[in-house]
Amino acid sequence: MTTLKQSAPQQYSRILGYGASRPDLSVTNDDIAGPINSSDEWIRQRTGIVTRQRASENISVADMAIEAAQDALKASHVTGEDIDTVIISTISHPYATPSLATIVADSIGSRCAAYDISAACAGFCYGIAQADALVRSGVARNVLVVGVEKLSDFIDNTERTISFLLGDGAGAAVVGASAEPGIAPTVWGSDGSRWDTVGMTHSMLEIRNRDFVENPVQEGEKIWPTLRQEGPSVFRWAVWEMSKVAQKALEEAGITADELGALIPHQANERIIDQMVKTLKLPDTVKVGRDIVDAGNTSAASVPLAAHRLLQENPDLSGRFALQIGFGAGLAFAAQVVVLP
Amino acid sequence: MANKEEILEGLAEIVNEETGVETADVQLDKSFTEDLDIDSISMMTIVVNAEEKFGVTIPDEEVKNLKTVGDAVNFIENAS
Repeated sequence: MTTLKQSAPQQYSRILGYGASRPDLSVTNDDIAGPINSSDEWIRQRTGIVTRQRASENISVADMAIEAAQDALKASHVTGEDIDTVIISTISHPYATPSLATIVADSIGSRCAAYDISAACAGFCYGIAQADALVRSGVARNVLVVGVEKLSDFIDNTERTISFLLGDGAGAAVVGASAEPGIAPTVWGSDGSRWDTVGMTHSMLEIRNRDFVENPVQEGEKIWPTLRQEGPSVFRWAVWEMSKVAQKALEEAGITADELGALIPHQANERIIDQMVKTLKLPDTVKVGRDIVDAGNTSAASVPLAAHRLLQENPDLSGRFALQIGFGAGLAFAAQVVVLP
Repeated sequence: MANKEEILEGLAEIVNEETGVETADVQLDKSFTEDLDIDSISMMTIVVNAEEKFGVTIPDEEVKNLKTVGDAVNFIENAS
C-alpha cells in the first residue's frame, strides 16, 4: 500500500514584521463627554485615554485591514505571492459571511486559504497561535494575521460602560519559518460561563423578531447591536486572572520577566495595564505598550498596533522578547512570548 | 481570625495604598463612593487586596453591596 504524504514540518517560526493602519479621526474626551454626562478629567482618570482614533464613515474595516496587511508585507520583505494563509480577527466586519479575510487575500493578489476568527480582544494572539501551528506543521509557509476593528459602528454614544473607550484601526503581522525559535507556546483559553460579561446588547434575531407595530421604537432607544460590559468585573478578571496567564506564558517560554524587552497587553484601559505591570512586578527596563492613550481600545487591533508603535519608537527592541497578551469578550484570552522582528 | 478593629486597620492601609486617602479617614460609617471618592476600579483593587490580606473570598456580585467601610468590615469578619 502506498504511504500517504503529510506536510513536512518546520522546526521554528517567528513574526517577520508588523504593519498598521491608523484611521483619520482623532476624537477627544470633550467630543464624547456630553452624552455620557462626563468630562475629560473623569475619562482620563478612569481609563488613561486622552483621544481615541476613529474612522470616517467612508472608511471600512476592509480598507483598514488591507492597509495594515500591505504594511506588514512590506515590513516582512514578502509579497502577496508568498502568503498562503490569511487569518483575520474582527468583531466589526458587518457581514456574517463571506469572510473579510477573502477580501484581504484578493487585495494582496492571492487566492490562498482565508478565514476570519471570532475571539474579540484576544483575537490577534489567537491568530498568532494558529499561524505558528500552521507554519511549524508545514501546512503554510507564510501566514498573514490581521486584527481589525471599526468599533465606532457598534457603539452607543450615551452608553457609559465601554463605548467611550473604543476606537478603530488595524494591525497585522506575517508569521513565517525561522532558523531560531521565535514564538513560544501560547497560553490560551476561555470562560464561557461569563459570556454575558462583555458583548453586544442584542442578537440579530432579537431585532428581526421584534414586532415594531406592537412595540414601536421609543425616543432615544437603540435597536442596533452595540457593545457593553460589566466594567469592574472585567477589570478584576483582566488584571488578576490575566497576570496569572502572563506568568504562565513566561514559564512556557522558559524566560523570566526581567528578560523581557517589552510587554504588549491588549489596550483595554490604562489602569488595567498599570495594575498588570504592578502585579507582574515588571522591572522598569521592560517597555510597556501604551497605545491606548491616543488610540483608545481597538479590540483585536490593539496588540499589533501597540507592537508596531513600540518598535517604531524603540528600534533597539528588535530581536528582544515581548510578551503579547489579549483578553476580552468570551471571556477569551491568549498570551505568548515572541521575538520582536 | 481578625477582629473588627484589626480588619478596619488593615482595610484602611489597603485603601490608603490604593487611593492616598488618610487611614484615619477610613471610618466604619464612611461611604466608599460618597465620602472617600473611590471609583469602581479602585474598589476592585481594594477588594482583591483585602481578599489576599484577610484570606477571604469576596465575589463580584457582593462588591456592589459593600457601600460603606462598615459593610466591608462586617463581610470580611463573617467570611473569615
